[in-house]
Amino acid sequence: MSNLIAHWNYFLVIALMMIGFYAVIARGNMVKKMVGLTIFQTSVFMLYISMGKVANGTAPILTGDATTLYANPLPHVLILTAIVVGVATTAVGYALIIRVYESYGTIEDDELIKIIEAEENAEASNA
Amino acid sequence: MQDDVVIRVIAKVMIPAVMLFALYVQFHGDYGPGGGFQAGVIFAAAFVLNAMIFGLNRGRHVWPTGLNLLAICAGVLLYGLTGIASMLLGANYLDYDVLGATPQSGQHIGILLVEFGVGLTVASVMVALFFTFAGRLTHIRLMAKMQVHEEADQRKTKRKAKSTKKRARK
Amino acid sequence: MSGFFVNAALISLLTLIAFLAIRLHRLFAVVMLSGAFSLVAATLFVVLDAVDVAFTEAAVGAGISTILALATLSLVPANEKPHDFAFVPAFLAFATAAMLAVAVADLPVFGDVNAPIHNHVAPDYLQGSAEDIAIPNVVTSVLASYRGFDTLGETVVVFTAAIAVLLVLGGWTRRK
Repeated sequence: MSNLIAHWNYFLVIALMMIGFYAVIARGNMVKKMVGLTIFQTSVFMLYISMGKVANGTAPILTGDATTLYANPLPHVLILTAIVVGVATTAVGYALIIRVYESYGTIEDDELIKIIEAEENAEASNA
Repeated sequence: MQDDVVIRVIAKVMIPAVMLFALYVQFHGDYGPGGGFQAGVIFAAAFVLNAMIFGLNRGRHVWPTGLNLLAICAGVLLYGLTGIASMLLGANYLDYDVLGATPQSGQHIGILLVEFGVGLTVASVMVALFFTFAGRLTHIRLMAKMQVHEEADQRKTKRKAKSTKKRARK
Repeated sequence: MSGFFVNAALISLLTLIAFLAIRLHRLFAVVMLSGAFSLVAATLFVVLDAVDVAFTEAAVGAGISTILALATLSLVPANEKPHDFAFVPAFLAFATAAMLAVAVADLPVFGDVNAPIHNHVAPDYLQGSAEDIAIPNVVTSVLASYRGFDTLGETVVVFTAAIAVLLVLGGWTRRK
């Protein structure tokens, strides 16, 4: 029980990660997949930042007092850049979704596969 | 949203404040929370707000696409060139100790330059992303219109060809 | 101790929002929930002493990211096709969760000062930032100076992503 409380953050990070994972692999809608990916991403951020936390510590901005405890700055730096890179790559994903919709008229995985297969069959019968 | 007086007035008051806050975050990043990444996004938010309230065309007028592309490249280049500058002064790549009179002041200058490069790139990238996504609808309409015009042109040329044929037969 | 409860409550709320977000079929609601998710995540980052990260998450996750998703929804259909509950992916997710939960039991206790992560390079950064660089915000000094190469790489990734989006959606076609 004490273990559960001591690792509460980590267990819920796992729950978040799996919610995102499920959305990515089970959902056919591409926008939903992107939202799942964002949730997955944020859960990883949460894992890193939880590890950097020090009990009774403060933010890593030096106060000049030698007795102050600081949180670990390294995970903060890694995640700070990861968030901005994350939104940039997400934007590429959304851009591709828009192009897929313009070309095929759908953003559902299964419908897309049907359309592509039908096109391929048509090409094969033509040739 | 252009017709709503409240939104327009509030936006006009907010936009300069947002930009000023972005500059504060950018250049106060050494002493408090902040830095190039955050400042870039906040600065871009001001332009996004402007474009959302006053329309995409006016937004593009304030921050032209060509200038935006230049700023994206300039930020990355500034970062890289800071590294080259420290190399030319005899230290390793991105080792700012030699940029100033003392290692500490050199580090200050280096960090300021690098953070400014990051801020410039992030701000212009975010503005570019928003303008591209928002401009897609206008682009689709434009393409549809162009297609209509092209089809009309084709019909015209066909008609001309027919009429000349008729004349030739006569 | 109160900090711990705030933290536990926020991360539970976060899990609830995420669960609702993947259950809904109206994508506008999903996108708005993902914006709320980012905002709660930013609050949680403040509680966990990561102020710089919270700042970025609030501006990027709740701001730009939501706007881009809404811009996408203005161009694609805003409703998801209803699906049956997918058993195989759910089973996979549960199995992975179980394995991760077993692994998590071996992690150091949350907030432990003596955890290995706090005794590797972090003390050097905290001391070095005061002496070598003389700026109070350690995150900035690690970001721009100690790990300058890393940040250069990240900036180039952002640059590349923008170029990719401009190529895919920019609408630059060759004049005939």
